[in-house]
Amino acid sequence: MSDQWPLWEVFTQPPGGKPHEHAGSVHAPDAEIALQNARDVYTRRGEAVSIWVVPSATIVASAPTDAGPFFDPGNDKPYRHPQFYKVPRGVKVF
Amino acid sequence: MPPEDPAKNKEFEARLDRGETIEPKDWMPEKYRKQLIRMMSQHAHSEVVGMLPEGNWITRAPSLRRKISLLAKVQDEGGHGLYIYCGTETLGVDRAELIDLLLAGTAKYSSIFNYPTLSWADMGVIGWFVDGAAIVNQTALAKASYGPYARAMVRICKEENFHKRQGYELCATLAKGTPAQQKMVQDSVNRWWWPSLMMFGPSDKDSPNNADLMRWRVKQKGNDELRQRYVNLTVPQAEALGVTLPDPALRHDKESGNWEFGEIDWTEFKQVISGNGPCNRERLAARNEAHAAGAWVRDAAAAYAEKHARREQVA
Amino acid sequence: MTNANLFEYLLRLADDRLVLGHRNSEWCGHGPILEEDIATANIALDLLGQAQLLLKLAGETEGQGRDEDALAYWRDESQFRNLQLVELPKGDFAFTVARQFLFSAWNQGFLEALTQSKHEDLAGIAGKALKENRYHLRHSAEWLIRFGDGTDESHRRAQTALDELWPWTGEFSSEDQVDRALLAEGIAPALTPLRPPFEAMVRDITARATLTVPDRPMRMTGGRTGRHTEYLGHMLAEMQIVARSHPGAVW
Repeated sequence: MSDQWPLWEVFTQPPGGKPHEHAGSVHAPDAEIALQNARDVYTRRGEAVSIWVVPSATIVASAPTDAGPFFDPGNDKPYRHPQFYKVPRGVKVF
Repeated sequence: MPPEDPAKNKEFEARLDRGETIEPKDWMPEKYRKQLIRMMSQHAHSEVVGMLPEGNWITRAPSLRRKISLLAKVQDEGGHGLYIYCGTETLGVDRAELIDLLLAGTAKYSSIFNYPTLSWADMGVIGWFVDGAAIVNQTALAKASYGPYARAMVRICKEENFHKRQGYELCATLAKGTPAQQKMVQDSVNRWWWPSLMMFGPSDKDSPNNADLMRWRVKQKGNDELRQRYVNLTVPQAEALGVTLPDPALRHDKESGNWEFGEIDWTEFKQVISGNGPCNRERLAARNEAHAAGAWVRDAAAAYAEKHARREQVA
Repeated sequence: MTNANLFEYLLRLADDRLVLGHRNSEWCGHGPILEEDIATANIALDLLGQAQLLLKLAGETEGQGRDEDALAYWRDESQFRNLQLVELPKGDFAFTVARQFLFSAWNQGFLEALTQSKHEDLAGIAGKALKENRYHLRHSAEWLIRFGDGTDESHRRAQTALDELWPWTGEFSSEDQVDRALLAEGIAPALTPLRPPFEAMVRDITARATLTVPDRPMRMTGGRTGRHTEYLGHMLAEMQIVARSHPGAVW
């Protein structure tokens, strides 16, 4: 029986309706303890209103070699950004 | 092990030159990976062993405010160890393996924690000197090329500032207290000053790992530069308190703006990092005992998790 | 008269938390795993924080210029008013967890009732403590379940701890004239009615943990009036030594 507890990734949501952010990881034997450990380790300074814990082994991540095909095409399409579009001076768009 | 592809190495170094951050799944030279594991795990071990000298005084803290602050500080240190262990694990090693190396006496940790805490004043002086030195070190590491390490450092630096302030405030209180308190803090300064200078490691010329670590942008600054920065920060702080640093050779050099200091006793340093310091054995014994006493707890939690995973499958 | 009873009462609540917080803090740096070291320190910090607030209020109630440190560091053991349960040495981790569970289970009902106190400050402290206690209860209950339903060894340790601790819980609900006087004023809740829900919670969690509540008589107590076990003296000697060695010093 291994006493090594699996690794969990911790995501905390700061107050003010912001998205969850990766805070780090904890070891825990199960989900309940992972949640408690995450709370004790990563939220002592009022940083969170919500916590997600996810077993590290279940995270599916893009590979570094994917970076080119995945992300470069998104970097060269300026028409997706507001600055691309010129509006006559003095006209309020919003 | 097959020799590494020189093209890959070249691209790796180019990435570093461009100031890019290396992340866990990126290709990296085996030597880089090994050096990082060594450096990060040593750092994590230091935080955890570092809980012991200050933990020694929690039950004797002389006011509720100090008791609470000290407990929170030591707790933070445990947390720091945890952040860095988790960061190290991204390099493909298990925390359990790293801990086994520590407990066996094979892995190193910061020399400073092999000194005993002998008076309440040490709680202030450790916060002031030891956390002060750690801040100088860690601020430089916050720009380390390896992402998980740099991010752990940013988190730690935020928390570390409270540690140094708490320590300095404690020293200030003693320094303007009763004659016994003043004596206590001066005695503590006398014992911790030189060991705190040794925290920055040997001189650059005697540091075998430094060249690689600097080239790989893991370390941004050399040991001597960081040590000098720490001295320059601390001397005026000591003057403000009215305590004397135990170095008659301390002298302000107007040209460089540096506080020149005396010769460090490198024999003592070597003794301490080779396991022969004042309480190396006691520190390791304490960690071994906690780990051994905790085995049944860890086993129980794992057993429960397994039982319930199986039950969920059956249902 | 009112002030004297209230002062006594506040010391009882404060000393429970000061002593239990201190016992929990003894684990710092020696816990079974880093995550649990941090968690136990959190519980200790909550309890010490509650003690600080309650001692401050006690000092103000007494009205003789004693602040929280004067009360924490300059009273002898016969002047301490904590339950005997909390002064017992920390034992192994099963003992610490079981003791925390019993204390938190009792306090869940007690603190909730105390939030209705006519004494505004006390009700406020109770509200804050109740939130913290909810987490302590969750944490210690989950761990007790894992020990009971874990390995043979953890089960044995947890049962041994429960067997040892259960007889000390009689003191939770024993009422005396201090309680009755403050109950009459609407400041303190009645304790006897809190016992059945407490026992129900204990039976529920111990059942889930595959443990049994021992069938043992309650011990003779006395903590509420300053009669303690031999353990408290040693604990206070350690806790108070630095403060007592420097009378008049500021820390």
